[in-house]
Amino acid sequence: MSEHARQADIAPGDEPIDDREIAKGVRGYLIGLGLATLLTVVSFVVAGTGWVWAPSIPIALAVLAVAQMGVHLVFFLHITTGPDNVNNVMALAFGVLIVFLVIAGSLWIVSHLNQNMLPMDQIMQMQR
Amino acid sequence: MFGKLSWAAVPLDQPIPMIASGVVALGIFGVMALVVLKGWLPYLWREWITSVDHKRIGVMYTLLAMVMLLRGFSDAILMRSQQALAFQSPGYLPPEHYDQIFSAHGTLMIFFVAMPFVIGLMNFVVPLQLGARDVAFPTLNSVSFWLTATGALLVNISLVVGEFARTGWLPYPPLSEIAYSPGVGVDYYLWALQISGVGTLLSGVNLVTTVLKIHAPGMTYMRMPMFCWTTLASNLLIVAAFPILTATLAMLLLDRYLGFHFFTNEAGGNVMMFMNLIWAWGHPEVYILILPAFGIFSEIIPTFSGKPLFGYRSMVAATMVICILAFMVWLHHFFTMGAGADVNGIFAVTTMIIAVPTGVKVFNWLFTMFGGRIVYSVPMLWSLGFIVTFVIGGMTGVLLAVPPADFVLHNSLFLVAHFHNVIIGGVLFGSFAGYTYWFPKAFGFRLHDRLGRAAFWFWIVGFYLAFMPLYVLGLMGMTRRMQHYDVPEWHPWLIAAAAGAALILCGIMLQVAQLVVSIRHRESLRDETGDPWNGRSLEWATSSPPPAFNFAILPNVEGEDAYWGIKQHARDQAHSNEEPEYEDIEMPANTPTGVICAFFATFMGFALIWHIWWLVIVGGIGAYATFVVFAWRNETEYKIDADEVAKIDRAHRRAIRAHSDAALASS
Repeated sequence: MSEHARQADIAPGDEPIDDREIAKGVRGYLIGLGLATLLTVVSFVVAGTGWVWAPSIPIALAVLAVAQMGVHLVFFLHITTGPDNVNNVMALAFGVLIVFLVIAGSLWIVSHLNQNMLPMDQIMQMQR
Repeated sequence: MFGKLSWAAVPLDQPIPMIASGVVALGIFGVMALVVLKGWLPYLWREWITSVDHKRIGVMYTLLAMVMLLRGFSDAILMRSQQALAFQSPGYLPPEHYDQIFSAHGTLMIFFVAMPFVIGLMNFVVPLQLGARDVAFPTLNSVSFWLTATGALLVNISLVVGEFARTGWLPYPPLSEIAYSPGVGVDYYLWALQISGVGTLLSGVNLVTTVLKIHAPGMTYMRMPMFCWTTLASNLLIVAAFPILTATLAMLLLDRYLGFHFFTNEAGGNVMMFMNLIWAWGHPEVYILILPAFGIFSEIIPTFSGKPLFGYRSMVAATMVICILAFMVWLHHFFTMGAGADVNGIFAVTTMIIAVPTGVKVFNWLFTMFGGRIVYSVPMLWSLGFIVTFVIGGMTGVLLAVPPADFVLHNSLFLVAHFHNVIIGGVLFGSFAGYTYWFPKAFGFRLHDRLGRAAFWFWIVGFYLAFMPLYVLGLMGMTRRMQHYDVPEWHPWLIAAAAGAALILCGIMLQVAQLVVSIRHRESLRDETGDPWNGRSLEWATSSPPPAFNFAILPNVEGEDAYWGIKQHARDQAHSNEEPEYEDIEMPANTPTGVICAFFATFMGFALIWHIWWLVIVGGIGAYATFVVFAWRNETEYKIDADEVAKIDRAHRRAIRAHSDAALASS
C-alpha cells in the first residue's frame, strides 16, 4: 500500500473538512432523506390502498425494503465502490453472508424440526 | 426496597460455599488491606485501573483469566471427587449444589477463563506485532475489560448471595424458563453474560479495526505475523456471532421477566429455536477461542525451530476458510433433536470439511519443525503437547460428526472428553504457551524454566489421566452431569479421572510457584535485550517491558519476508549508532471511564437479578452519565517529549550493544 493510499484510507465519518465538501455532503444526505421518505411513503400506500394487486403486496414490500436498505447504505453509511472503501465493502459482504447463513439455516432446520417433532397431542392424534 | 433480596439468600446452612467464600473474602480483604496500608492504591489507580495502555489491559485480562481458572478448577475438583465417591452413595454434594457447580464450571471456564486469556494475549501482542502505538480505540478497550470483570464478579457473587444456574453452561429452556427455574440462578447467568458480552463485542470491534487500520508503514496484510491474522479472524467471528448470543439471551430474559413466550412450551413458543440460535453463536465461539491459540503456536514453533513458518499463505487461507465455515456447522450440536436425515447429512459433511483447514495447519507446523534446530523450551513443550493432544481431540470430533455415532454418544462422557480434549489441549495449552512466551516481553524477566517444565509434565500427564477414562466411560454409556450412579464398572475409571485431576492440581500449584519464584528471582532472570528467544516478529524489536509508546520510531517494514527480515531490519535500525530524529509522541490519556462504567454496570446487573428497580435506574443513569462526561472531555492525549523518548530509546540501545559486545567477547 503506498503512502498516498494509506492516507486516503480514512474511517467512515472521518472525512476531511472543507466548505465545498460540507455543502456536497449535506446535499447527499438530503437526497438520501428524500429517497428514504419516498420509499417509506410508497410502502405505506402499497399496504394501505388497493392500488397494487393484493397477493403481490408482500413481494412489493420486500422489494421496497431492499431498496430502502440500498439507499441507507449508499447515502448514510457511504458504502461506495472506491478503493478507500474496500474494508467497508468486505465487512458488509461478510455480514450479509453470515446473516444469510444464520437465517436461511435456521429456517431450514426449524422447518424440518417442526415437521419431524410434532407437539405431543398431534403425535397422539396421529397414532390413533 | 430490596426486591427479592433478603437474608434468606445467603446460604448460611451450607458449609461448603460458606467456607469457600469465607476464605476467598478473607483473601480479597487481605490483599486490599495490604494495598491500602502499603500506599499502593494511588499507583494501582493511576497506572493500572485507569490505564488505557493496551499492554496493561492485556495483562489485566490475563490475570483475570488466571484467577478465574483457579475458581473454575476448584469446581472441577469438586465434580471429580463427587463422582469418584458417589458410587452407590449420595456423595458429599447434594444434587442442587452439584448442578450449580457444573453450570458454574462451564460458564467460568469458557467466558471468564478462555475468553479473557486469549483476548488478553491478543490485546498485549497484536499492536506490538503490527508496529503500532496502541489499539484503535484505547478507552473502549478499558471499558471492554472492566465490563468483562463485572460479569466475572456477578458470577462469583452468586456463590454467596443467592444461587447460580442449575441448567448447565447453556441454559436450555424449558428448564431455564421461570416455571422450572424460579430462583435467581439463571438470572445471574444471563445478566453476567449480557454485561460481559457487551465488553467482548466492543473488544472484537476494537481488534478488528486495529488489525485492519493501525499498521507500521509498509506492514501490508501479507506481511503480518500469523497471530495478527488469527486475531483478525477470531474477532470477525466475535463481531458476527456475539450479537446472536446477546439476542438469544435477551429473548430468554423477556420470557423470564416480562412473560414473553419465545422459548416456552405454551403459547406458540419454540424451545428448539433456542438450541438452534445458541449454537449458531456457540460453534463460532469455539473457533473464536481456538484461532488465537493457532496463531500463538504459529509464532512459537518457527521461533524455536529457527525457521520461517512453513506455508504462510496456506495458513492465512486456512484461517479465513475456518472463519467462514465456522458459521456452517452449528447443527452438529443437536443432531439428536430430530431434524431428519437431509439436515443432519449436510451438517455432518460441513463438519467434516472444517477439519481439513485445521489439518492443513497441523501439517504446516510439522513441516516448520522438519529439519529445524528445535529448542525444547517451555513454550515449545506446550506447543508439542498441543499438537499431539489436539489431533486426538480433533479425530474424536470428526467421529462425533457422524450422525449415527453421535446418536450413541450424544450427551455422554465421550462428548465431555472430546471438548475438554480440544479446549484444554488447544486453547488452554495455547494460552499457557503464549503466557510463557510473552511474559518476558510484558515484565522484563523470564519465567522460571524448571518449574515451568515440571508444571507442563504434571498438566499433560494429568490431562490424559483425567480425560481418557471419560472416553471409555462414554462408550460404556455413562451420561454427563450425573450426581451419583450405581454401575460398578464405571467406578475405577472415575477414580482414575479424579487422580488425573489431582495431578493437574499439582501442575497448577507449580505454575503459581513458578510465578512467585520468578518474581523473587527476577534479577537473575532479567531480559536485557528485549529479545530473549531470538524471536521472529516486531514485538521483539523493542525493549522489555516496552515503553508506553511501544516504539521510539515506528519501524519501517520493507521487503516480502513477513518475519525475520522485518525484525532484523528493525533491530538494525534500532541498534545502529546513528540515532534517528526523535519526535514528540502523543499518547491517549488514562481515564477512569471504564472502571466507573463497570462499577455502575455491576450494581445495575445485581439489581436486575434481584428486581431492585430503583437501583437499576441509578446504575443505568450512572453508566450513561459516565459516558457523557467522557464524550465531552477536553484533554484526550498527553505528550511525551522527544527528549524523554530519546532517553528511553538510548537506554535500550546501550543494553543491546552491551549484550552483543559481551556475546562477541565470549565467542
